[in-house]
Parts: sequence; C-alpha cells; structure tokens
Amino acid sequence: MTATVTTPAARGGRRPTKKALVPWLFLAPGLLLALVFKFWPMAKGVWLSFFDVRPFLGDRWTGLDNYTRVLTDHRFQDAIGHTLVLGIGQSLGAIVLGFVLALLLEGQARLLKIVRTAVFLPAVTATAVVGELWRLMYYPTSDGLLNSGLNLFGLGPVQFLDNPDLALWSTMAMGIWIWAPYNMVIIMAGLAGVDRSLYEAAAMDGVSLWQRLRYVTLPAIRPALGIVLTLAAIRGLRVFTEVYVLTGGGPAGSTEVWMTRAYTLGFTRNDIGGASAASVVLLCVTLLLTVTVNYFRKRGDVR
Amino acid sequence: MSAPVIDPVRATAPRTTGKRSGKAKRTTPARFDTALGWNDKPGTAWALRILLCATAVAIFAAPFLAILSGAFTKNASGSSLSFLPHDSTLLNFTVAGERGIWDYFSNSLVIAGGGLLLQLVVCTLAAYALARHRFRGQALILTLFMLTMMLPEEVIAIPLSLVLGDVPVVHLDLKGTVWGVILPLGAWGFSVMMLTEFMKDIPDEIEEAARLDGVGELRMLWQIVLPLCKPALGVAGVLGFIMIWDQYLLPLIAAKDPTDYTVTVALSVLRTDPEVGSGVVLAGAVIALIPSLIVYLLLQRSLVSGIAAGATKG
Repeated sequence: MTATVTTPAARGGRRPTKKALVPWLFLAPGLLLALVFKFWPMAKGVWLSFFDVRPFLGDRWTGLDNYTRVLTDHRFQDAIGHTLVLGIGQSLGAIVLGFVLALLLEGQARLLKIVRTAVFLPAVTATAVVGELWRLMYYPTSDGLLNSGLNLFGLGPVQFLDNPDLALWSTMAMGIWIWAPYNMVIIMAGLAGVDRSLYEAAAMDGVSLWQRLRYVTLPAIRPALGIVLTLAAIRGLRVFTEVYVLTGGGPAGSTEVWMTRAYTLGFTRNDIGGASAASVVLLCVTLLLTVTVNYFRKRGDVR
Repeated sequence: MSAPVIDPVRATAPRTTGKRSGKAKRTTPARFDTALGWNDKPGTAWALRILLCATAVAIFAAPFLAILSGAFTKNASGSSLSFLPHDSTLLNFTVAGERGIWDYFSNSLVIAGGGLLLQLVVCTLAAYALARHRFRGQALILTLFMLTMMLPEEVIAIPLSLVLGDVPVVHLDLKGTVWGVILPLGAWGFSVMMLTEFMKDIPDEIEEAARLDGVGELRMLWQIVLPLCKPALGVAGVLGFIMIWDQYLLPLIAAKDPTDYTVTVALSVLRTDPEVGSGVVLAGAVIALIPSLIVYLLLQRSLVSGIAAGATKG
C-alpha cells in the first residue's frame, strides 16, 4: 500500500523536485528523533548552563557563574583527577590486557573459539549486572570471593571498596575486566590483517620474537590501536554506570568522577544550571579529544 | 621456505581481511599464522598456551559461575560466595519474584523489543537514503549521525530528563512510560554508519535492473536491499539489543517511580532492600543476564565480526 504511494515519486525522473524529496522522507524519522532527543537537549543544556534555573520562579541569567562555580568547586576538581586517573589507567590496562589476550587467543582452532566466546562474556553483560557481581566479589570480610583467594597467599582481608585509598583502583580493575575483551576483538581484527609473509620474512632474517612483535605486528595493527585508544578515552571521560553502581562515588568521595558529580548536582541537589555547565565542559573535552585523535590518525595514515 | 607443515584446516581457512594476503596463494606454514607463532604440536609452548587460556577463562568467565551458584544457594551472602552452590534452592528466585523482579523484567523486554524494532527501522531507512541516493547536504547529515555517537546519554542526561518531561512542540510527558526510554534510542549513529557502509557495496546493476522493472523506493528497500543486508542487520540487531539492555541512566531518568525501572536498574533497588540477602540480588542478576547471554550465544559470530567491522570502518 505504502509502496504505491511513493512509486510516482521514485519514477519522477522527469520531475526532479519530487525525486529530490525521496531521501529526505527516508531520513525524516531518524533526523526527527536525533533532533528531539539528542540535539535539542544538547542545545538546551548549553542554554541552561548560563542560567540559575529556578522551577516556578523563572530562570535568571547568570552568565559564566555556573562555570566558575563548577570549576572552582573542590569536589569537582577532585572528580577531574579521579576521572583522569580512572580513564587513563582503565584505558591503558584494558588495551594492554586486550593485546595480550588477542596474541594468546589468535588462531582458527575450535578450542580457541570456545575460549574467545567465554572471555568475551564481560563485554556483553550489562554494566549494572557486572557492578553487582564485583561488589560481591570485593566483599570485605576474609571469606569474600577475592579475599578468600588472597587468603591462600596469606594476605589479610582487603577492604577493596571501603578503603578510600583503594576504592578507585578497585573500580579501575573492574573497568579493565569489562573492556579488555572488547579491545581484544578489535585488536584481533587488526592482527588478522597482518601480512603473513612478513612473519615468514622476519623468521628468515632470524629476528627474535620480541623484535617480530615490535617491528612487524605493532606497526601493522597501529590503526586498530588508534581506534581502541579513541574509544577508550571517550569512554573514560563519560564513565558513569560503573562507578555509580559499584561505589556510588564513595567512600568519602574517593571514587567521585565527573559524571557522578554532575548527576548528584543535577538530580539530588536540583542545581540544573551547575550540572548543565559541568556537562557542557565534558562535552567540549570529548569533542576536542575526538577531533584531535582523528586529526592525528588521518596524518598517520598519510605518512 | 622452510619445511611446510600444512594444516589443511588452517590452509583453507579464509583470511578475508588484509588485501595483500590474497595475492599469494601459497600455503604458509601454520607457525606464521599468528603473531606469536603458536603451533598445535604438543610441547612447552603448547602447554603454556593451554595454561594461559585456562587462566583467561578463569578470570573472565568464572565470576559468572559465582553469580549462578550464589543465586541458587540458600542464605547466600557476599561472604559465602563460591563457584559451586551449596544448599541449592530456588527460594532466592521466589523472593526476587515477590519483590517484583518479573515486572521489571517485562519492562526491560518491552523496552528492548520496542526499542530495537524502532532503532532497526529508523536506522535502515536513514542508511538507505545515505547509501543509495545522492542529495544536497548528504555530508552534513552523515556528520549529524556521527555526532549522535559522540553525544553520550550521560552528557545530555540532565537536559534530556527535562525534555522527556515535556517534549518540545507536542508537549507530551514521556516520563513513566516506556516511550521515554524507547524514543531516545531510535536514532543510533553506529547502526546508521554500519548499514550505510554495507548498503553502498550493493552493485548498482541490481538496483538499475529493478528500476527498469518499475520497482518503487519502498519495495526496492524491502525486497532487494534488505535481503542482501541480512548479515549487517544481524550485527545491528545484536549490538543494538546489547546496547539497549545495558542502558542504565536513561531508564533511571525516564522513570517516574521505581516500578518503571528496567531489570538492570532494579538490581540496585533489590540491593538496598534490607530484608533480602545477596542471594536474591544474584537471582535478579541472573534474570537480568539471561536475555543478553542468549542473544550473544546465538549470534556471537556476527557480533564479533560486527565489532571488528564497525571499528575498522568507523
């Protein structure tokens, strides 16, 4: 039924105006949804970040007040530090571990495929479920799952999440666990594209395994690593669910990251203006990062 | 070339990626198939590899066994978690059911099903226009869809929650309805990009022949383009499902009260309930885990190749 409606438009080679309309009809639903639920909120967020938002009283223009307030707030400053430490540590850890896993599990054997299926499980599991799982694994008494493992080595019960000095590292470990398998898959795709005759030539030249990795494998998978790094950096900046589920920012704000802080400000303190300013800052950093990395990637491709 | 030990499985295994490997049709020895030069013959390297594989499985998969065993253990708590259930019972699931876990679960299913359907339709339509048509502003539209990927839910959460409470122009309140979660997930840049790339590869001749037969745009999409895109649709479906099921912040801000939560968000409700133990939370975790697990195990091949394709093309 609908087909007959559009058929004249499609045939309208003679009537260019109607033909030009066709792609826009197909794009309309997507553009409409993106406009209403992505770009409009983004614009609204930027707009609100300049206001003191007061429900029922009317918003009051305050200029850059929200920004100075957010950027000088020491809890936000701490949150920047935590976000950077968590983002960098988690990204690098997940990339290194992902690379090691890819090297280990590369190959066609059936058993390897089964192992890969099992190892990839964390990446398909909902973050909230992973968070609950790790909360229990980190259980602080000596018979908690991880602590009973440490017991075997004669190490006392560790307060993984309750110790402010350790909580951030415990969160990072979970992040690495979630993202390493994901990186593994991308790196493995890069490894599959490495020219096998290069390995053979390297073997004939009598290079060591380490040299072969350093001079043949790594350069060949550099594009894949670039992608993994970009994705990881952006993920690190916007990290929310992992921290929110695992520690909620505690203890004593030691795992508070940028987004959990903005969330608290916006939804529990009802400071919409301040929270919007914080989000806009994060958005700018994310865009800047993406553009920079893309620039360097393009330059790297040309060379 | 050193003595070729030809492993028939590996020799015939397709090396699809890497254009350069295609030109040489010689059978390389198996030890040049991997970066580390693993080989299948029993030896120290082989034993080491098995050991390392076992370690990897233990680290990444064994914790799931702990969830499962805890969920079936009577009076399970964080301090008694182990890999095998003791005192096995279904009580945890009964209690979780009394706390409304199945209602949360059905919320999740409606959102995942509806959201995925909408997402696939919307993204397929957009990708068709981008791949098979030329029009003014094409590059701009492509950039806009790419931007949706760079605009994570987290960053626009606060204004989005206001928009969900009062949608511009139509002034609808979507909070507390499944639409509040489903509609924002409709346009997903990743699916649009991937499907566009895939549809571009369909030969023009097929389309031209169909046009001569007087096939209209919708029939072209439905009967000619879509059947050729099945693999890409599979990937978009699996990744989309897992992405929607993983949503946390969106269902949280779109809910009016806790009964609107999805099962993943509801886990935190269970956890903060003082009357239920860890076993019940784990039972909830198992229930929240099963659908994505089923989807993954059924379609893991297309999922893994899709992540790789999406990453190398995007």
